[in-house]
Amino acid sequence: MSEKVLLRFEDVSADLTDISQYVADGGYESTRKAIAELSPEEVLAEVKDSGLRGRGGAGFPTGLKWSFVPKDTGKPIYLLCNADESEPGTFKDRAIIEKDPHQLLEGIIIASYAIGCHDAYIYIRGEFADGYDILCKAVAQAQREGYIGDRLFGTDYSLNVHIHRGAGAYICGEETGLIESLEGKRAYPRIKPPFPAVQGLFGCPTIVNNVETLACVKHVIAKGASWFKAIGPEGGPGPKLFCLSGHVRRPGVYEAPMGTGLRTLINDYAGGMLEGRTLKAVIPGGSSVPILRAEETDIAMDFDSVAAAGSMLGSAGVIVMDDSTCMVHALRAISHFYHHESCGQCTPCREGTGWLDHIVTRVDLGDGTDDDLARLDSVAGGMLGNTICVLADAAAMPVQSFLSKFRDEFAAHVHDGGCALKDGRRAVA
Amino acid sequence: MPKVTINGRELDVPAGTNLITAAEMADQEIPHYCYHPGLSVAGNCRMCLVEIKALSDKQNNPLPKLQIGCNTLVQEGMVVESDNPRVKEARRSVLEFLLINHPIDCPICDQAGECKLQEYYMDYGRYESRFSLGDKVHKHKVEPVGPSIMLDQERCILCTRCVRFLDEVTETHELTITERGDHSELTLAGGASVDNPYAANIVDICPVGALTNRDFRFQARVWYLDSADSICTGCATGCNIEVSSRRGSIYRLKPRANLDVNGFWMCDHGRTTHESNNAENRLQTSLVREGGQFVDVAASAAARRAAFGLKTVTSLGIVAGAGATLEEGFLAAKIQDLLGAGPRIVTSPATSDVPDDKMLISTDRFPNRRGLKALGYEEATSIDKPVDALLVLRADPVAAGGAWVEQLESLRATVVVSDRADETTGFADQVLAIGSHFECEGTFVNRDGRVQKFDAAVAPPATAVAGWQALADLLAALGGPAYDSQESILASLLDDLRDPSLVSASPSVAD
Repeated sequence: MSEKVLLRFEDVSADLTDISQYVADGGYESTRKAIAELSPEEVLAEVKDSGLRGRGGAGFPTGLKWSFVPKDTGKPIYLLCNADESEPGTFKDRAIIEKDPHQLLEGIIIASYAIGCHDAYIYIRGEFADGYDILCKAVAQAQREGYIGDRLFGTDYSLNVHIHRGAGAYICGEETGLIESLEGKRAYPRIKPPFPAVQGLFGCPTIVNNVETLACVKHVIAKGASWFKAIGPEGGPGPKLFCLSGHVRRPGVYEAPMGTGLRTLINDYAGGMLEGRTLKAVIPGGSSVPILRAEETDIAMDFDSVAAAGSMLGSAGVIVMDDSTCMVHALRAISHFYHHESCGQCTPCREGTGWLDHIVTRVDLGDGTDDDLARLDSVAGGMLGNTICVLADAAAMPVQSFLSKFRDEFAAHVHDGGCALKDGRRAVA
Repeated sequence: MPKVTINGRELDVPAGTNLITAAEMADQEIPHYCYHPGLSVAGNCRMCLVEIKALSDKQNNPLPKLQIGCNTLVQEGMVVESDNPRVKEARRSVLEFLLINHPIDCPICDQAGECKLQEYYMDYGRYESRFSLGDKVHKHKVEPVGPSIMLDQERCILCTRCVRFLDEVTETHELTITERGDHSELTLAGGASVDNPYAANIVDICPVGALTNRDFRFQARVWYLDSADSICTGCATGCNIEVSSRRGSIYRLKPRANLDVNGFWMCDHGRTTHESNNAENRLQTSLVREGGQFVDVAASAAARRAAFGLKTVTSLGIVAGAGATLEEGFLAAKIQDLLGAGPRIVTSPATSDVPDDKMLISTDRFPNRRGLKALGYEEATSIDKPVDALLVLRADPVAAGGAWVEQLESLRATVVVSDRADETTGFADQVLAIGSHFECEGTFVNRDGRVQKFDAAVAPPATAVAGWQALADLLAALGGPAYDSQESILASLLDDLRDPSLVSASPSVAD
């Protein structure tokens, strides 16, 4: 295992939430270097060259996204840090925020400098009460020490960082829903175009980046693009946080190079399956992505490899299920979640998520029919790709993949009124 | 002008046009609920999904996802398909989603017959129901949201047209969406009531039966209603309207879209103007004096009696209300010219206690002041020159006060041409009963100088005739030229208009 950067707090005895200990550990040196020694164009070039792809789920190249910000519009440019981590199975940003918030602030300052932003916002999930307090303290410390504020490091560059707490809706993590919420409105995702880089917060050019992405920016500047590129595959390199949950011995968040094997993560990092259990299935990238059967899990965990296997790296929320899991019941938990979280703006998602939830629940309880199974597939098909944001896809993809990969179990629920995996129910839902 | 191809048909479309409008230009329909040309694009109903086979001449790969026609603007070389199997399937699917939680209470819904759910279901749906009734989400059904509007939350498809109207047009923000997912509901924002001067427009733009007009609820099935194009008489703006009637009774007024006059809207006051059409004082028949008392006579007999009384008059004054049509004002002036010069005045006050607003409401509560002035009528509250006789046209000067009573009593002849009995008709020698403007065809000139024709929606009561008909009869009985239609009068009078700034009517557009 290589040296940890994102989870450095695990390797050092210092309390990295305390700015003096963080600085003593070399903290804010990258920020000083970026602002005092490099031009914004040089920072952008370095990030582009690093090949960093967004860690929020979509994997869009970060440097390319930054380059979409139009110059000379006369409007302010905003950076929004998306800390609304809400995808079931995902808890990596929380670790950064709670244990090493200053590396995030460094990433925010460096990114803001690169895109010409003077007011950055952190939109933090409402349930992260501790994280909010820790971030507030960190921002206050950074202001006091002169890392945030006017004329940073003796240059003309100034930056304010604001923290905004969400109120507990999954949709606020969708970048345009987040923008609407930050503006004080219902978090209805926006139709695109226009994209946020052109017309985002308050109608101004806006870049929205995930917590882990911005933390990576700090390390790209600290250690250089060539260091970053050397970790993992060419098409999406860098250190990566993986969230392992479910039926493993040591669930938790782990840092490993992008492209680490899924089985390595399960067996070596998370300690393998629980005693006496065998692997049945894995959702590799948060609850919204297609599930993989055990025999499909011999893959590398990077954007392109997981896509090639028919799923997505997503937020790298790896949900591991063993042979005690009732897949119908597991899907019911997922379908219920998306039903509960659909914002209700677009017809297919508003109506479809509830319909899916009703049918899956019915099948799980043994009241379903063969027609219900066919209906599940076609209702999900009517949602996929037909809405403003991808919440409909997030609800539809698990249904279609669970159904196609575990057809026998769904059929058993329909024909026999249930399945033998009663214990599995409690374990997942 | 970008050249686009829609369902195989190539056409030039102005830059900035969206695909729904471009398709209309190609005689193709892209069905839609949330899109309305008078409001911002919401893109939420997903009914207008189309396939983009090529985005432009520079980027001619098909887009992987279907795109919404409302938010997609034409580009040079764009190729669009709105009727292929993939699009039809997505559309059928959206319709099915819209209907699963809909109550399908069409038999008791006022929107039935002009409901976009019904129309599109027949055009694009027609599937077997796959949703179990027990799964339906139930919401409030009879919710008054303002003095004139009733809300049925179950029927609402959450297109937000009404919310956007109240946010963007009136900027009064009374309605909002609360809750989320399939429990989302349209509701009043924090104790508000939809009670603004344009509130009822949200009933018109509601594509389903969620918002209904409390006046019109359960009054008529829309497929029994006859329709006529008219002009609102509520003020000088001249909003283009549609009059719905059945068996001679008027049930409702709705705006017709005209971007040069009223956009897509009309005010709530304008919608109530038909109520006076059934007033108790409506004249059913013409009247002449027999031994001091009024007796009913046929319209032609009244015209002959009036002509007899006016024949020896050498100075006739005309007192017109600004609700008289161009045709009526013109014929009255012809009668005056035949007898000898005299004053022509408009007595209707030009201002009222209703102030001009920035939208459609004018402080001038009359529809044709500008037209009558173009015919040489002057604004005055009295006639100061000596006259032998008066022709009173759709005006009630006595009610306005002043010295009218003494003047009328001193005259040799007074002819009143009116659709209702009022204080002035009591001083008439003859009363020519005419139809209201809902009962006549005619032409008004609005405050901006736009010349706008309207049709009759219903017939005049009993033996009353159109205003132009009554005056044409009188003119002919006095030996003047004969006119046998509103069109022929309009054709003659256009040359007489003394206002070079008048503009011809612009056509109404689809909405």
